[in-house]
Amino acid sequence: MIDFATIWKYLPKIIDGAITTIELMALALLIGAVIAVPIALMRLSKNRILRWPAYGYIFFFRGTPLLVQIFLIYYGLSQFEAVRESFVWNILREAYWCAIIAFALNTGAYTAEILRGAISAVPKGQVEAAMSVGMSPVRTFRHVVFPQAIRIAVPAYGNEVILMLKGSALASTITLLDITGMAQTIIARTYMQTEFLMVAGLFYLGITFVITRGFKLLESRINQHLKMVN
Amino acid sequence: MIDLHGFGDQLLFGTLMTIRVAAGALVLGLILGLLGAAAKLSNSRIARGMAGFYTTVIRGLPELLVVLIIYFGSSSILTSIARQFSDAKFVELSPYMSGVIALGLTFGAYATEVFRGAFLAIPAGQGEAARALGMHSWQVFRLVTLPQLWRIALPGLGNLFLVLLKDTSLVSIIGIEELMRQTKIAVGFTKEPFTFYFTAAIIYLLLTIITMRVLHKAEIRANRGIERSHS
Repeated sequence: MIDFATIWKYLPKIIDGAITTIELMALALLIGAVIAVPIALMRLSKNRILRWPAYGYIFFFRGTPLLVQIFLIYYGLSQFEAVRESFVWNILREAYWCAIIAFALNTGAYTAEILRGAISAVPKGQVEAAMSVGMSPVRTFRHVVFPQAIRIAVPAYGNEVILMLKGSALASTITLLDITGMAQTIIARTYMQTEFLMVAGLFYLGITFVITRGFKLLESRINQHLKMVN
Repeated sequence: MIDLHGFGDQLLFGTLMTIRVAAGALVLGLILGLLGAAAKLSNSRIARGMAGFYTTVIRGLPELLVVLIIYFGSSSILTSIARQFSDAKFVELSPYMSGVIALGLTFGAYATEVFRGAFLAIPAGQGEAARALGMHSWQVFRLVTLPQLWRIALPGLGNLFLVLLKDTSLVSIIGIEELMRQTKIAVGFTKEPFTFYFTAAIIYLLLTIITMRVLHKAEIRANRGIERSHS
């Protein structure tokens, strides 16, 4: 039988883990979004010197496993003495920040691609119209293209948020106590493998559900002006 | 050039194992995907419910957790079953089998949606026409639906395979000696984490590039005879 008393006893720990998971995810998504905007613009630029580095960045982070990226940052960078002796070491020796940096760079690459697609999906006539009423390219982008691109990007970004949530489980591989990490710690103490992995799974499903619902609401909100009568 | 301190062949064996895991999971995942799509499109409410449960749960769980659940969970379930029949102490799936099953389940859940979309994209009139010619339902499926299903589903499945290829790195956690695990071993000996994880990253990129090439070829082949409005 399932030992509910033990699960109940360790539930606060799992909730702590859930808070860490959400923290990691939120910070990574925030930083990732900040990275994604310039990268998407560089990727769309006609200038090769801007376009190629953005392409390389996106290609590397989308083409390699997140696990490799985390290990490269957490273990890899310590190989260089210059890194170990500089002030960034205070950040890079913390598993917490390494995870956030890896997640942010990863989601930044995916988000940049989503944004690029969305920006190219804005009809060209809109840009021409904006230009013809005398808007500068920067103004056109800020007031005409970007707001529409964001709307187009929302559904795909919702998927990316869920992928980030699932990817954040890899933080447990570098000693962090997120939901998965916490579950493994509890398992080491209680030997209740199946039970606590299931509990961890339920937490992820719960968070996924909330994210999906949240994005549905957001979508219907930002598309309100497109809704038909009835 | 990068100095691998003689661990090059280790990484090569790891890469071969990575490919074996990916191939195994692909086969299982394609079967599960087809079954899942068939269940989702069926008239049976139970089949639809089960397929819906499968895709919702698997797609909502981190892949790492699925790998752990299959590896640890299966052994406790198998052990308790075995104890009913014999005095076995401990039964478990091999790490390879667990890895393939976990990644196959994940692939299958996403492939279900890809196949379902592809099924729906084939005009119903084609099936009706085939039936009018006297084909029975298996023949319709094999000769009319399947060849087109393949063509429509290929881009979606290709993307899923690229994701699967990267997810194989997760099975290093349960001890399969694939690329990531071999890399870790090499790092342990040489104390050069950046060199080796970067090399691993390059190998994954190469696998990605090769896969993309193959997919591109396969798409051209699958689309032969189809007129495109734009290309």
